Amino acid sequence: MSADDVTVSLTVNGEARELAVDPRTTLLDALRERLGLTGAKKGCDHGQCGSCTVLLDGRRVNSCLVFAVAAGGSELVTIEGLADGEQLHPVQSAFLEFDAFQCGYCTPGQICSAVGMLAELADGWPSAVTDRLAGEPELTEAEIRERMSGNLCRCGAYANIVPAVRQAAG
Amino acid sequence: MRRFDYHRAADVDAAVLLLADRPGAKLLAGGTNLTDLMKLGVEQPDALIDVSRLGLDEISELPDGGLRIGAGVRNSDLAAHPAVRRGYPVLSRALLSGASGQLRNLATTAGNLLQRTRCRYFQDVSKPCNKRRPGSGCPAIEGDHHNLAILGASEHCVATHPSDLAVALVALDAELTVRGGDAERTLPLTGFYLPPDDRPDREYGLGHAEVITAVTVPALSFGAVSGYRKARERASYAFAIGSVAAALDVTDGVVADVRIALGAVAHKPWRASIAERALVGEPAVVESYERAIDAELAAARPLRDNGYKVGLIRRLVVATLAELAGDPELRS
Repeated sequence: MSADDVTVSLTVNGEARELAVDPRTTLLDALRERLGLTGAKKGCDHGQCGSCTVLLDGRRVNSCLVFAVAAGGSELVTIEGLADGEQLHPVQSAFLEFDAFQCGYCTPGQICSAVGMLAELADGWPSAVTDRLAGEPELTEAEIRERMSGNLCRCGAYANIVPAVRQAAG
Repeated sequence: MRRFDYHRAADVDAAVLLLADRPGAKLLAGGTNLTDLMKLGVEQPDALIDVSRLGLDEISELPDGGLRIGAGVRNSDLAAHPAVRRGYPVLSRALLSGASGQLRNLATTAGNLLQRTRCRYFQDVSKPCNKRRPGSGCPAIEGDHHNLAILGASEHCVATHPSDLAVALVALDAELTVRGGDAERTLPLTGFYLPPDDRPDREYGLGHAEVITAVTVPALSFGAVSGYRKARERASYAFAIGSVAAALDVTDGVVADVRIALGAVAHKPWRASIAERALVGEPAVVESYERAIDAELAAARPLRDNGYKVGLIRRLVVATLAELAGDPELRS
C-alpha cells in the first residue's frame, strides 16, 4: 500500500470487503487483481465490448469505466455471485442448455448483462425497438438483440444466446 | 494514466469550491466518457470531484407541463420515465438510440451534454488536434472525416458533437441551470456549444468552477408528437452518422408549428431554424418538408468524404416529419 492509496468499502456478492487502492484502479481491475474474482473479463477496457459487465447496486454496468473509489459504499454482484450454492441462476442454466457460447470469454459479461436486462424489462423499461413507448414491452427476438447489443461475442454465438435469454425470461 | 486525487463532494456548493481551488480538477459523474479519455491520455485531471451522489437525480413535472431533470439523472431512468415517454417521446427515443444498456445505466444527463467528440484524431494523443492541442493542426480535414461536420465547421476543426440526447433537448429549447460561487444562472442549451472558429478547444459557455445542476424542458403543447431518427453504421450501439429530432403540430393539414434539430452534422446539435421557418404555414406534405430542409442544408459545406450526409439528413428529416404527420400515435 502506498501513502496515496484510498480505502474503499464494498459489498461484493453479499460479503463486505475493504481494500486500499490507487485511485486510478478501475472496479474491473480491483475485482480481478485484488479480490481474486476473475469472472468479469477485460476485453476492450473502453466500454465497447461488455465483457466486464457486473451488477452495481442492481444495475448492469461496464466495470472497466468505473473507478473503484467511486463505487465505494455500493453493492456489487459478479458472475461468481449469481448461483445459489450449487443451484445455478436461471440465465446460467439457459446458457448451458442452449450452448450459448464457444470460447466463453464474453460469457460472464453476457450472463450478467442478461440478468440486468431482464430486471429492466420487468420494470417496464422500453428499448430503441419498442413500438409503443407507452405500452409494456414484450421480449421479442428483436428486443433481446437490441437490449443485449452492449455485449459483443466474437465467436458469433448470438444465435444461441438469443433463445437462452428468452428461455431464462420464462 | 496521470495520478489524481479523488474527492466525493458533499453538496453542489462543495463541488464548486473544490473546482475553484483546483484548476486541474474535473467533475466525475457517470464517468463513461471521462474515464475512457483518461485511459487514452486525452484528459489528465489532477483531481476528480465525484458529483454522482449529490441528490441531483430527480425528474419533476412542472405545473405548466414542462420537465425539470436533475443533472445527475441517469440516461436509463430518464428514458424510462412515464412523463418523458408520454409527453416528450423524442427524449426517450434519442436516449434509447444511444450507447448500450450498461452505459445508459451509468451516464448522466449533464455528463451526456458535456461528452467530447469521438473524432479519431482527438482521441489519439499521437496525432495533432487543434481541439486537444491548440495550434497543432487538424489531420481530419485531409484524413478520415467521413463522419465529421458538414455545417458550422472551421478550417481549424471539423469535429461533431456525439450526443443523441442533446439533439432532442436542443429541439425542445431546453435550458441549463448552472451554479457557480453563490450565484445560479440559467442559459439556453442552444448557444451553449461554442463555434469552433480558431479556438476549437473552447467548447462550452461554462466556467471552470460552475456546475450544471438541472436541465429544464419548457412545456410544448405538441411535445407528444415528437420522434428521433438515427442513421448509423450498424443496427445498434453506434454513434450517429446523421440524426433528426423533431416535433410537429399539424392543424387542418397545415404545419402550425415545428421543431427540428440535426445530429452528427456539426460541433453542436444543429437547430434547423431555417427549415422550421420555411415550414410554418405550409401544407403538411412531403414537398414542403423537402423544400424546408433543402433551405437549411444550402449552408452545408461537405468535405471530400462526407457529402453523403447531405442526402442522408434530407431523407431522415422528410421521413421523420411524414411519420409524425401521418400518425401522431406512432411514436408515442
